[in-house]
Amino acid sequence: MKEPNDIIIRSVAKVAVVIIFTFAINLFISGHHYPGGGFIGGLAFASAVILLFLTFDIETVRKNIPLDFKVVAAIGVLIAVLTGVGSLLFDVPFLSQSFGYFNLPVFGKTELATAVLFDIGVALAVIGTALTIIMSIGDDR
Amino acid sequence: MNNFVILPIIIPVIIGMVMIIFRKQIKLQRYLSLVAMAAVGIVTIYLMLQIKSEGIQTLHLGGWVAPFGVTMVVDMLAALLITTTSIVAFCCLLYAFRTIGKEREQFYFYPLFLFLITGVIGSFMTGDVFNLFVCFEVMLVASYVLISLGGTKIQLRESIKYILINILSSFLFLVAIAFLYAMTGTLNFAHLSLRVAEVGQGGLMTTVAILFLIVFSLKAGLFLFFWLPGAYSAPPTAISAIFAALLTKVGIYAIVRMFTLVFYHEPEVTHLFIGILAAITMILGAVGAVAFWDIKRILTYNVIVGVGFILAGVASFTTVGMTGALYYLIHDMIVKALIFLLGGTVIYLTGTSNLRDLSGLIRLHPQLGWMFFIAALSLSGIPPLSGFLGKLFISEGTFEAGYFWLGAIGLFTSLMVLYSIMKVFMNAFWGYTVIKEEEEQGTTAGLLLPIGILTALTIALGIGIQAIHAYVDLAVEVLMNPSIYIEAVLGLNPKP
Repeated sequence: MKEPNDIIIRSVAKVAVVIIFTFAINLFISGHHYPGGGFIGGLAFASAVILLFLTFDIETVRKNIPLDFKVVAAIGVLIAVLTGVGSLLFDVPFLSQSFGYFNLPVFGKTELATAVLFDIGVALAVIGTALTIIMSIGDDR
Repeated sequence: MNNFVILPIIIPVIIGMVMIIFRKQIKLQRYLSLVAMAAVGIVTIYLMLQIKSEGIQTLHLGGWVAPFGVTMVVDMLAALLITTTSIVAFCCLLYAFRTIGKEREQFYFYPLFLFLITGVIGSFMTGDVFNLFVCFEVMLVASYVLISLGGTKIQLRESIKYILINILSSFLFLVAIAFLYAMTGTLNFAHLSLRVAEVGQGGLMTTVAILFLIVFSLKAGLFLFFWLPGAYSAPPTAISAIFAALLTKVGIYAIVRMFTLVFYHEPEVTHLFIGILAAITMILGAVGAVAFWDIKRILTYNVIVGVGFILAGVASFTTVGMTGALYYLIHDMIVKALIFLLGGTVIYLTGTSNLRDLSGLIRLHPQLGWMFFIAALSLSGIPPLSGFLGKLFISEGTFEAGYFWLGAIGLFTSLMVLYSIMKVFMNAFWGYTVIKEEEEQGTTAGLLLPIGILTALTIALGIGIQAIHAYVDLAVEVLMNPSIYIEAVLGLNPKP
């Protein structure tokens, strides 16, 4: 590999990626009551990884994140569908959700919802799919 | 609420996703795919018994009731089609084990196959038009990959055409859905039926109906079938068999659903139009089937004739015609898969699909030859095989509706189908045996099992038609009385 003169993008990306990751997680968590959710959270997350792809090259990033993103997408869909299947156990319609308030040690009184589990699945599926697409069109050697 | 309703859709999805995780374990994938299809079949038969005793089964996902939420509805029509789908898919999988090749197996053949089945089953089950679109897309995306998987030259050429034509029709589908939503304010089938009945099916509504008809015709190969012969003869046998058996049938199902449940007020416009298209389809398809000397071409044109014939029954819009259409639909799914597998086996053995280069295969493969003969008779509706009753009822229905020309064309094209398929039989199986056993490209070991199952099924369906008679009658009753469907989805005395 030749060494391109890209010191600026490398320095910026190292900071920006952390910010985008944080923002993605924020988007994901706020999604339960405010705009956001698994889909755009996942997309924002994927965009950070794509920024890494652009800054460093695909091989370097893949060496550091040794995941098959197709498998990530499959696991995501599995989680999403299986949360739906969970409602079969309680004899309520498929994909029913519920929530409750719990007193957690650090957060205090917190609302926990089963929809978040579904959203994790969605996020993983989006991340996996977006990165698979980018990698298969970007990596055409 | 009945949570069993969702199982036929999520079983293939879950198992398909598990397969993606275990990509390298081909053996595991084979077993799992068979297990998935068997499970779908068993669950659906259980559902069928429930429907028989308790009426149409529905499930409002997440507890959001219709018409606001996503509703899955299994009536007898859907249950019958899903059962047939699982059987046909099971046999095509068995056939694929021997023929599809390691390359394709490693590149997600089995997960894609299951996603295709998911889309097909979803289309049969969904209770609203938008989810019909979504399930169509699931099916189509899987079929795009399956048709181009392997990347031979002919596959790539045909898949481009196939993808383009389907993207166009999906676009038209969305436009039609937007029109419909703008005019009625709902997309739930039952709710649509109520609202269309209330405001009346005026000129504009009929135009939207025709737009839907064009979309579904593109998918079903009704008149707009120019893409079909190429696309269905490009992929390997197991894939083209499942395409021929299922994909056009989903389009037919959509037409049946739309034009019996929602747009049934102006049959002298819409149903006559379907009838005219069906007649042209049958004639053109039969001409194609008779004209070609290539096995794959002859078989794909037979698919087109079948589509036209089923929709002739739908166009008659009588109880008898619908019963015939339904019998013929089930028969066609089985026998099209069967005849494609048989034709594919001939090509696989000899390495050529040109009838002029084939001769005397029956000396080397008597079972294959006789099964082809049975399939050929069944395809053209000779009693006592499964095609006969459907053909009889459809002809009766068209005569009852006064469409004598339609029934006559149907019967005449049956003869042409018989001629075309007998041409294949006589050229490939009769005559002097030109090919020696050791010159053959492969063996029939393992291939005869799925073909045998389907042949047995077409015989059993013909002789034991009494066994499914009660179920088909229930399905037709729902088709002819939309109020049963509406009541099952929206409850008693629904507000329009």
